[in-house]
Amino acid sequence: MDALIDLLPELWTATYETLYIVALTLFFGGLGGLLVGLGLYLTRAGSILENKPLFFVLNLLVNFIRPIPFIIFLAAAQPLARAVTGSGIGNNAIIFTIALAASFAMARIVEQNLLTVTPGVIDAARSVGAGPIRIIFTVLLPEALGPLILGYTFIFVALVDMSAVAGYVGGGGLGNFALLYGYRQFNPIVTWAAVLLIIVLVQFVQFFGNYLARKALRR
Amino acid sequence: MALVSLRNVSKVYPPASKGAPSVTAIDSVSLDVEAGDIYGIIGYSGAGKSTLVRLVNALEHSTSGEIIVDGQDIAVLSERELRKVRLGIGMIFQQFNLLGSRTVARNVAYPLEVAGHPKEQRAARVAELLDFVGLADKAGSFPDQLSGGQKQRVGIARALATQPSILLADEATSALDPETTHEVLALLKRVNAEFGVTIIVITHEMDVIQTIATKVAVMDQGRVIERGPVFDVFSNPQAAASARFVSTVVKGVPSAAELAVLRERHTGRIVTLAFRDSAVDQTAVFGELARAGVAFEVVYGGINEIQGRPFGHLTLALSGADPVIDQVLAHIRTLTTVTEVR
Ligand SMILES: Nc1ncnc2c1ncn2[C@@H]1O[C@H](COP(=O)(O)OP(=O)(O)O)[C@@H](O)[C@H]1O
Ligand SMILES: [Mg+2]
Repeated sequence: MDALIDLLPELWTATYETLYIVALTLFFGGLGGLLVGLGLYLTRAGSILENKPLFFVLNLLVNFIRPIPFIIFLAAAQPLARAVTGSGIGNNAIIFTIALAASFAMARIVEQNLLTVTPGVIDAARSVGAGPIRIIFTVLLPEALGPLILGYTFIFVALVDMSAVAGYVGGGGLGNFALLYGYRQFNPIVTWAAVLLIIVLVQFVQFFGNYLARKALRR
Repeated sequence: MALVSLRNVSKVYPPASKGAPSVTAIDSVSLDVEAGDIYGIIGYSGAGKSTLVRLVNALEHSTSGEIIVDGQDIAVLSERELRKVRLGIGMIFQQFNLLGSRTVARNVAYPLEVAGHPKEQRAARVAELLDFVGLADKAGSFPDQLSGGQKQRVGIARALATQPSILLADEATSALDPETTHEVLALLKRVNAEFGVTIIVITHEMDVIQTIATKVAVMDQGRVIERGPVFDVFSNPQAAASARFVSTVVKGVPSAAELAVLRERHTGRIVTLAFRDSAVDQTAVFGELARAGVAFEVVYGGINEIQGRPFGHLTLALSGADPVIDQVLAHIRTLTTVTEVR
């Protein structure tokens, strides 16, 4: 317990780092997922921007990357992370890699949420002369907003998970903290403190996401 | 020049999978819809009605043929040009297709936003439209708080927002109960009468055609197999499918099976009289029977009114001496068509 009290400053720094990593990856990964998911949805057969080759490529990419276990993806994507962020290790590289992995995971969720929008409302929008861009912003996204929020809440939990794993390869945050001061120092109380913080964080975000989704769905 | 004119239009959907046959949804259809018409298109499910109506506002693109809307062949227009054409064509749907994330008022405002009307104008127009469809008090409600009939009225208000000259209704009442159906049909009639909007009504229910259409086309397997003024098609259907549709709302001549049942109860002679329009004076016909002293009982049939014109068939069981009946039937034959059923 004393060890934990001594480590409090490090714990707060780690929490802050986790929040920082998760926030940035949520932003970039969420945006990437939205774009790829929209791409999948819009280019599929019968959709408003049907494009068989593009759909094929996107679909293959998502199917290929999504099942790769994150810890392996982290290693495999290191050269790419170095090329983009200038370094293969550290928080920037971690953020890049998590955002990339999350983009593909989120893409499928976004695609599936968009598919819940009844095709009829898109017909209705087309019938009054709306073009594809307008349909995306005034029909697709607003109509799928509730499920999309839940999808993003879900991916948030996955991001916390990924950021903790990233602690293994030199990323900061609660995962790294638990590993460094808890697991390696044989101090379970320290590990549990990190676990507790993660649980609180996830619970809070899940609660908030549910609340927003309920508001969007007006239920 | 007709307002909407289809010339030899076909629509073939490519095979769903390799090896499967392609689907000819529309098979060289030619059709003229005049300004002011309420043109009904009836057919069984899969006949191609939805495809046909979606060709008119280019939600689907034809495989061949000309589709001339208001003097313009829309088959050759780009997607961007088509968006302008669509502003002049309203559409309502079986499942209403309202935006669940928007209030009633914002649903009705949607086409106005697309058309780029300024905000103040939109509000005034929305209020006017909601008033017209009788939903002024629901402006702030969301679609899932409305009944089916109310949703369709919002759909109609939305379709009319940009003052289109054409309204397409694809099974607009098929999800509604009979009473609500008639309310919505009455509203469509008002749209036609008060704003002069030409309406194309797709349905599989002859009742809908009978209630509002002025002209009707019967579709079967992608083709128009019969067309004409509603009264003509109802009173004298040519194609077998048309006759089947007519028989769903009009009790005409008894079928062989029904006749057998009638025969069990009536041993005398049975005749069917046709009444079409005011050309045949029922009073005169029944006067003849009374004068000849032939007693009769109406055993089958009915008189319908289509667009204010009566027509129908009545089947009578006659009792009296054969020579007397022969004589009176000869008189009645000068008034109308008499078919003796045996
Ligand atoms: N998008 C599509 N792709 C392939 N076939 C279609 C498509 N839409 C309609 N069809 C086919 O075209 C035919 C006519 O359909 P439709 O116009 O919906 O008929 P209706 O509205 O009279 O029930 C049907 O055989 C249907 O399966
Ligand atoms: Mg249909």
